[in-house]
Amino acid sequence: MTVDRSRLPEPGPARPFAFPPLRKSTLPNGLRVWSIRHGVVPVVSLMLLVRRGSAVDPAGREGLAAMTADMLDEGSGARSAIDIHEALARIGAQFDTDIGADATLVSLTTLSRAVDRGIELLADMVARPALRDDDFARVRQLRLHRLAQMRDSPPAVAERTFVRLLYGAHPYGHTPAGCERALTSMEAGDVRAFHTSAIRPSVSTLVAVGDCDHLEVERIAATAFDGWTGDDPPAPPDRAAPLPSPARLNIVPRPGAPQSELRIGHVGAARHTPDYHALVVGNIVLGGQFVSRLNLNLRERRGFTYGARTSFDFRRMPGPFSVQVGVQTKATAAAIEESIREIADLRGPRPITSDELALGIAAVTRGYARSFETAEQIARAVVQLALYDLPDDYFAEFVPRIERITADEVTQAMARHTDPARLTVLVVGDLDAVGDDLPALELGDPVVLSADAF
Amino acid sequence: MRRVPLNISFAKHTLANGLDVLLHEDHSCPIAAVNVWYHVGSKNERPGHTGFAHLFEHLMFEGSQHHDRGYFHPLQGAGATLNGSTNADRTNYWEVVPSNALELALWMESDRMGFLLPALTEAKFENQRHVVLNERRQNYENRPYGLAAMAILAALYRPDHPYHWTTIGEIADLEAVRLEEAHAFFRRFYHPANASLAIAGDIDAAGALAMAEACFGGIEAGEPVPPVRAEASLEGEVRLLLFDRIELPRLYLAWLSPAMFAEGDADLDLATDLLANGKTSRLYRRLVFDERLAADVSAAQNSREIGGFVQVTATAAPGRTLPELERVIVEEIARLAADGPTDAEIERGRVQAESQFVYRLQTVGGFGGKSDQLNAYNVFTGDPSYFDRDLARYQAVTAASIRRTVSRSLVRGGRVTLSVVPRDRGDLAMPGSSPADVS
Repeated sequence: MTVDRSRLPEPGPARPFAFPPLRKSTLPNGLRVWSIRHGVVPVVSLMLLVRRGSAVDPAGREGLAAMTADMLDEGSGARSAIDIHEALARIGAQFDTDIGADATLVSLTTLSRAVDRGIELLADMVARPALRDDDFARVRQLRLHRLAQMRDSPPAVAERTFVRLLYGAHPYGHTPAGCERALTSMEAGDVRAFHTSAIRPSVSTLVAVGDCDHLEVERIAATAFDGWTGDDPPAPPDRAAPLPSPARLNIVPRPGAPQSELRIGHVGAARHTPDYHALVVGNIVLGGQFVSRLNLNLRERRGFTYGARTSFDFRRMPGPFSVQVGVQTKATAAAIEESIREIADLRGPRPITSDELALGIAAVTRGYARSFETAEQIARAVVQLALYDLPDDYFAEFVPRIERITADEVTQAMARHTDPARLTVLVVGDLDAVGDDLPALELGDPVVLSADAF
Repeated sequence: MRRVPLNISFAKHTLANGLDVLLHEDHSCPIAAVNVWYHVGSKNERPGHTGFAHLFEHLMFEGSQHHDRGYFHPLQGAGATLNGSTNADRTNYWEVVPSNALELALWMESDRMGFLLPALTEAKFENQRHVVLNERRQNYENRPYGLAAMAILAALYRPDHPYHWTTIGEIADLEAVRLEEAHAFFRRFYHPANASLAIAGDIDAAGALAMAEACFGGIEAGEPVPPVRAEASLEGEVRLLLFDRIELPRLYLAWLSPAMFAEGDADLDLATDLLANGKTSRLYRRLVFDERLAADVSAAQNSREIGGFVQVTATAAPGRTLPELERVIVEEIARLAADGPTDAEIERGRVQAESQFVYRLQTVGGFGGKSDQLNAYNVFTGDPSYFDRDLARYQAVTAASIRRTVSRSLVRGGRVTLSVVPRDRGDLAMPGSSPADVS
C-alpha cells in the first residue's frame, strides 16, 4: 500500500492527556512540600523554589540575590564546597541554581533510590550554607570574571543594557548578575544577612516529581529541613516603581561587528494579567514560533538573520516585551523598521487572520502533552504554580481556555500591551557601519552607550 | 541498592529499498517521535566545497514536491515540535507530534526524502545561503572565542583530511556554491540506503511499521555510500594565536584521540571528566579553587566516527598568564598518566555514567531522545541495541586503562596549543605562537 500524496494525512482523534495529580502538605516551619508521582523512569527531580530573586536586591547591592544563590553549594557546616560536590557526584546528581527577578530555584535531579540523600543535600545547601568569608571572596572574584566575559558577548550586553533602559532604578532594572560596582562593594556579611532575611521556609516550596511517594518525601523533608525557621522575609515590591522614559534609539558600539544584536520593546504585562492567554496566542503569531510573522519576514523572506523572536517575559510585575534578533550589519535599519511594522500591524492594521488564529491555538494546545514528558518538566510546571499563585487545576484548564480565544481578543490584548510609539530600540553593533542608515528611522538621534555603563 | 534495567527495547526492520526502520513503544505520554538520520556530514565534503552538508539541511525545511508551502506549517499546526542538525558525521531530522499525528510526520519526512528536488528553486537556495551566512556570523564570527574551533581543527588535521574544516564551512565556499550541487548531493546521500528511521513513543509498532512502509517503501533505493576513511597524525606541538574582541585570554590544548566506540574512547571520556568537569575535578580544584589562576576550565573527549580529539580549555583570571595555566594543566595530565585516578574517582565516574544513561531514557524524541539514540547506534555500529554495551564500556574502565590511554594520547601525542588574546595583545599568547589563518 502506498500513501496518497495528493493531500496531507489528517490527524486522528487526540488521545487524552491529563496533568498528573498534585499532592500538597506544609511542614511546621512553613515550607510547602508538593509532589507528583511520575514513575516512568527511576529518577526524581527535586526543586526548591524560594520566592525571592534579584528584584529584592538592595540598591547599591545589585547582584546580591544571585551571589547568595551561588554561595549555597560552597559548603555547609564543616563541609567544604568540594565535599558537597563529592556528595552530589556520589549519587550521580545533576545540580543547578537558577536566579530570576522573582525567584531563586535550586534543582537537583537524581536516581530515585537516592531521593533521601538528594533532599538532605538540598537542605544542607539551602537551609544551612556555610557562607564563609574566604569562599565569598573567591566566588565574588569568579562572578566579576564572568561579568568581564559578558561584556564581550553581544546578547549578554544587549540583555543587561536593555533592562536598564526600560526600567532604570525599578527592581527589574538590572539583570541578576548585577554590576561590577555593586559586586566590588559587597561583603560576606551582606550575603549572610540576605540569606537570613530572604531565604526562608515561609516563602519556599519543595517540589518533588518522579518515582517517589509523597509521605516519604514529606517525612524526609521534615527531618532534613528541621531547624530552618525565621520570620517572614520583607515582601517583594508589589507595585511598580517609577519607570524612566528612555531614548527611542540607543547603540552600544562594537566596532567591526558582522552582526547587530537588536532588542526592541517596552515594559509589557504581568503574569496575572487577564490578557495572559490572548497574549500567548498573539505572541505565537507575532514572533513566538518558526512560522511567526517576524521570523518568516526577517529570516525566510529577507535573509537578514538566523532567527528572530518576540516574547512577553511574564513576571509578578510587568516584565519586558521585546523583539530579540541578531541581523547582518548592513540590514540593521531595515530589520528595525520591519520589526516595528510587524508589531504595529498585528494590533490593528493587519490583525490576526482566522488561519493564523487556528494555527496559533493549535500550536499551543495540540502539543501540550509533550511539555510534561519528564519528571523535570513536570517539576518546572509545578514551580510555576507555586511562583505565580496559580490554581491547582491551572494545567487542566489551560487548553480549553486557549481554545476559546477569539481573534478580537488577540487584537485587543496586543493593542493594550504593545505600543509602537513607545518602543525602545537598542543596537549592539558597528556604529560606523550602521550610523548613516539610522536617521531614516525617525527615532531621534541615537544615544551612544558603553558596554559597561551599567 | 536496586539496579535499574538499562536498555531501549526495539524492533528493527529493513525495507526493500534499504531503509532501516526502528520501532520503540513507550506509552507514558501521548506523543510520538519521528527521527531520521542520513549518514552524511561535513566529512563527506571536499576542500573548496565546505559547509554544504549543513546548508543542505536548511533546504530540507523549504518544502517538497507534494507539500511545497514550507515544512513547518502543517506540523506546527498539528502541535509538533521539530528541528534538524548537522555535524561532521551525520545529519538528523526529527518531529515530536501528538500520537494522533504520527502519519503526518512520516508523510512529511518521506516526501522530502523522496521528492525534494522538484520543489527546490533558485530563490529558496539564495535565501538559505544568506540565512546560513547569518548563522555563521551569529554563532562563530560575532561570538567571543567563536573562531577557536576552526583554528584547532585546521591545525589537528591536514588540509585533505575531512575533519580539517568545521561543519559551518568557509565563507568563500558558501558564497560560491551553486544550486546544481544540491541536486548531485541529494542523489548521492539522501536516499533510503543511507538513512535510518526511528519511531518511538505512544505508537503501535505494527501500525507504525505499516505507515512507514506506505510512506517510505516506494522511494527508490540509492547507491550505498562507501565509508569515509582518512588517517590523522600529529607530531610535536603546533602553537597558534588568534585575536578576538575579548578581555580575558583563553588557552586551548588539543590532541588527537581514539574514534567513537574505539578502545580508549570511554577512558578519555572519564579522564576528561575527572580532570575538568565540575568542582570536584582536579583542574577546577587547582586552577579555579586553590590557585585562582583561571576564571573557568573544561575538558572533553570529542568522539567522532573516524577519529576523536581531546580538548582542554581554560580562561585566564585577570592578571594571570596563559603559560601559568599551561604549566598546571600539563602537570595534572602527567600526574594522571603516572599515578592514575584514585578508587574514589573511578567509582564516582561509574556512578555518574550509570546516572547519565538512566537520564537518557527520559525522552522519546528530539536531540538525544531515545529515537535519536537508536539511530545513532544503528548508524555508527549497525546495532541499535548497543545501549547496554555502550554503558558496559564505561563500567569496564580501570585505573590502569585510564593511565595507559592518557599517557598515549595526552602525554606522548602531538598537541595543538591555541591562545586567544585581545586585539593588539599578541604578547599575552604562549611564546612562539604564530597567527592562525581563520576568518
